[in-house]
This record gives sequence, structure tokens and C-alpha cells, in this order.
Amino acid sequence: MTAAFVLDAGLALLVVAVAVWTIAAGSAFAAVVGFVTFGLLLALAWVRLAAVDVALTEAAVGSGITGALLITAAARLRPTEQRSAAERPAVPMRVAAGVLAVAVFAGLAALVLFPADPAPTLASQAAVHLPELGVGNAVTAVLIAYRALDTLLEKVVLLLALIGVWSLAPDRFWGGAPGLRPSASLGGELTLLGRLLPPVGIVVGIYILWVGAIAPGGAFQGGAILAAMWLLVMIAGLQAVPETGQRWVRMVLVAGPAVFLAVGFAGFALPDGFLSYPAQFAKPLIIVIEVVLTLSIAAILGLLVAGPPERERQR
Amino acid sequence: MSAATLYGLCGAALVGLGLFGAIVHPQPLRKILAFNLLGGGVFLLFGVIARRGAAAGMGGDPVPQAMVITGIVVAFSATALAVALLLRLYQVSGSASLSSDPDGGGR
Amino acid sequence: MRILLDIVTVVAVSAGAVFFLAGTVGLLRFPDSLSRLHALTKADNLGLGLVVLGLLPQADGVLAALKLVAVWLLAQLAGATVTQLVARAARRGGQRA
Repeated sequence: MTAAFVLDAGLALLVVAVAVWTIAAGSAFAAVVGFVTFGLLLALAWVRLAAVDVALTEAAVGSGITGALLITAAARLRPTEQRSAAERPAVPMRVAAGVLAVAVFAGLAALVLFPADPAPTLASQAAVHLPELGVGNAVTAVLIAYRALDTLLEKVVLLLALIGVWSLAPDRFWGGAPGLRPSASLGGELTLLGRLLPPVGIVVGIYILWVGAIAPGGAFQGGAILAAMWLLVMIAGLQAVPETGQRWVRMVLVAGPAVFLAVGFAGFALPDGFLSYPAQFAKPLIIVIEVVLTLSIAAILGLLVAGPPERERQR
Repeated sequence: MSAATLYGLCGAALVGLGLFGAIVHPQPLRKILAFNLLGGGVFLLFGVIARRGAAAGMGGDPVPQAMVITGIVVAFSATALAVALLLRLYQVSGSASLSSDPDGGGR
Repeated sequence: MRILLDIVTVVAVSAGAVFFLAGTVGLLRFPDSLSRLHALTKADNLGLGLVVLGLLPQADGVLAALKLVAVWLLAQLAGATVTQLVARAARRGGQRA
């Protein structure tokens, strides 16, 4: 038994233990805190699986931004907790759910313990075209070139989710500012952090985006960090929450998917089909797409956390 | 047992736990949390497949890894939509219950 | 020379681990929120500081070393702010109860 095995086994057990605690916790607020911890531990597991790109995404989006969203919701829904505790399903239902969960676990565990041999992989095919694209990080290449259609559609899903969230506002608030408000009860410490951290955070976000071409990082991770900085200055009250009806907000939101689509259609005319990049311009095109995408991702993630409009439109 | 197998079992356990929580918990917010745990487990299984496909000098197959990155972001947007629906339900009906029973507080 | 640097790493990281252990024990054993926070901040500041100090000799190049120090400084900033916020919330909650 090596040290690495002990580390992996301990981490895997800890992840499951925190997950159990998240399910079993007494209050929703405590469960969300457990979930954030779970996400950070899961990010460590991703590092151990040699997937640092995923680890960054999990820590930034899966744990950080999702946590910010859920903790606000848990605080708002606190008055409803007592009441719904009485609605716990009857014992037979709980036993049935337990049996189902164990059966699903057993099936998946069997798949893990007796996997296909040799393991299927596309790694070598992904490696072949990296020099043509001028991208050293294979994961970025998959996201932005080989499977660009997935990434494009995912941007559309993000936009649709935001439109869905906005649509939940009462009619009179359409186009107004989201409910996120600087909290008066948070004092000067948050203002200080809101002044000190964003300059550093913005540099880190841009660095993560830039380094994504050759090392772990990319548009999602960089965008999530920028979104976090934006949310921080809004919560600290240093910058007003923008009205969702303003033209520049809408432009930033659609810029990423629009540029991506434009390059995609240009592929019909220049090289040989939708979303194919001409060989000599592949690198600059990828950089343009990634930069604009990062801005859109940051804006969409930030506004998804900010929630539906809750004030009437002023301008 | 290899590290990939260990994390694979961990992912399988997370899927089971998340499924159980999503069915059993009466509070919708806790169901959303459990659903995210389930998603984390599925992603981890993808990670194990990626790790087993390590080749060409890479630590893992980049294709499943890229799919997981896409998946994490889509899971977040679904969570945001679910939370917004839940908060709106609470605003409109004064309760956050999914029960159709009038005593349960729903409609 | 190599062996000396390795010894520095082992000693500093172990000392950091002791601080983390002590901080965790404090978190579990101390009676109220403020003293639990006190225990946590020691683990954050000194524990992480010692771990970073221990890893510095192993960093390849000045840039990597600077990144490690930046991690420590950012954790300090975030830790200090969050501790203040939690402490204020705990105090207000205590007064209300």
C-alpha cells in the first residue's frame, strides 16, 4: 500500500462522507455549506485524476458560483423549512428509495470494477491536430475546435437559462435591476475586500484564459473568476447592479455566441464547413472567440446568480 | 486497486446518495442540492473513463474531460433556473412546498 | 545542498500540518463561535504559511515560488475578511438570542 493509495482512498472517503453530511444536515444553510466543501474536495479528486482543467471548473463554477447562488436561496427560504420537514415521505417510500439508490450504486460500481479492456480513448487523435490549431492544451482544443458545436450550443443553453430566470419576474419589473442588493448588514470588511481583490482577481481571470491555450485553464474558468469579481463589487455596494433591459448588458450577453456563430458560418465560405477554421488563421480566430466568450460567460454567470429583476425599470 | 477505480466507486456512491436525497428530501432546495451531488458523481465517472484512456503523453482522454467542463456549466445554469422557479413559487404562494395536499401548504 | 532543502521542506510542512491539526481540534472542541474562529485563523495563517514556506525550496523557478506566495497572501486576505463577517454575524445572532 503506497502513500498515493492512502491519499486517494482517504480523499474518496472524505468526499463521500461530506456528501452524506450534505444530505443529512439539519438545515438547508448547513447543507449548502457542506455542498461547497464537497465541491472543493471534488476539485482535489479531479487533480488526482490528472484533469486540472476540470478541477478549476469544479472549484470555480461547481463549488464557488453554485454555492453563492444556493446560499442566498437557503437564507431566503429559511421560513419554509419547519413546514416542509413535516412532509417527509412515509417509511416504505424511503426504504424503496434506499433500495433503488443501492441498486444504482451496485450497477455503476460493477461498471467501474469490470471496465472495457482496452480502455477506449481519443487522446491520440486529439493530439495529432494540436500543432495545426496552435493550441497546446488538448482540452481547450476539444472545447473550441473539435467539439466546437457542443460549446456553442452550451452557450445558447446558458442564455436560455438566463432568459428563463428573467421571465419569472412579474411583468412590471421586466427590464429592471435584479434582486441582488448590497447588504447593509455587511460592514467595511467587505468594502475593503471589494477594493483589494478585484484588481488581482481580474488579472488572474485573464491569465487563466490566456494560459488555457497551453496549460490548464480557458474561457469557462477565467469567465467564472471574472463573474465572481463582478458579484463581489456588486454585493459590496461598490458598483450598482445593472438593469437587465439596458442595451449594453444585452450586447455583452449575446456577443460570445454571436461571434462564435459568425465564425462558424464563415467556415462554409472559407474552409470546408460549419465551424471549421482556416488553417493559417486558426490560432487568432480561437483567441478572438475565447476572449469574447469569456466576457459573455462572466456576464451570464453573474446575472444568473443575481436572479430575476425585482425592481421597476428606471431608465 | 488503482486510483481511477477508487474514484469510480466514489462517483458511483455519489450517484446513489444524490438519487436517494432527491427522492426522500421534502424541501425542494435540498432536492436541488442532492441533484447536484448526483451530477458530481456522474462527472466523476466520466473522469475515471478519461483517466483510463490516458495516452499520447496526456494524463487522460481530453474528450470526456471537455464534456465534463461543459456539463458543470450546464448543471449550474439548470440549478440557477430551478432556484429562480423555487423562489418565485415562494413569492407567489408563500410556501416552498411541492406537495399537492392543501394541508401541506402547496396548491 | 539538495538534502538540506528537503529537510527544510519536511520540517516546515510538518509544522504546518501540526497547526492545521491543532486548528481542527480547536474547531471541534472550543465552546463558542468566536473562539472556534480564533482556532481556525491560526490554521489558516500559520499552517498555510508554513506549508507554503516548506514548498518554496521545491518550486521550479522564481515565478512558481511567487505563485505559491500569492496563494498564501490571497488566502490571508479572504480568510481575514470572512472571519470578520462570520464573527459579526455570530455576535449579532448571540445578542438576538
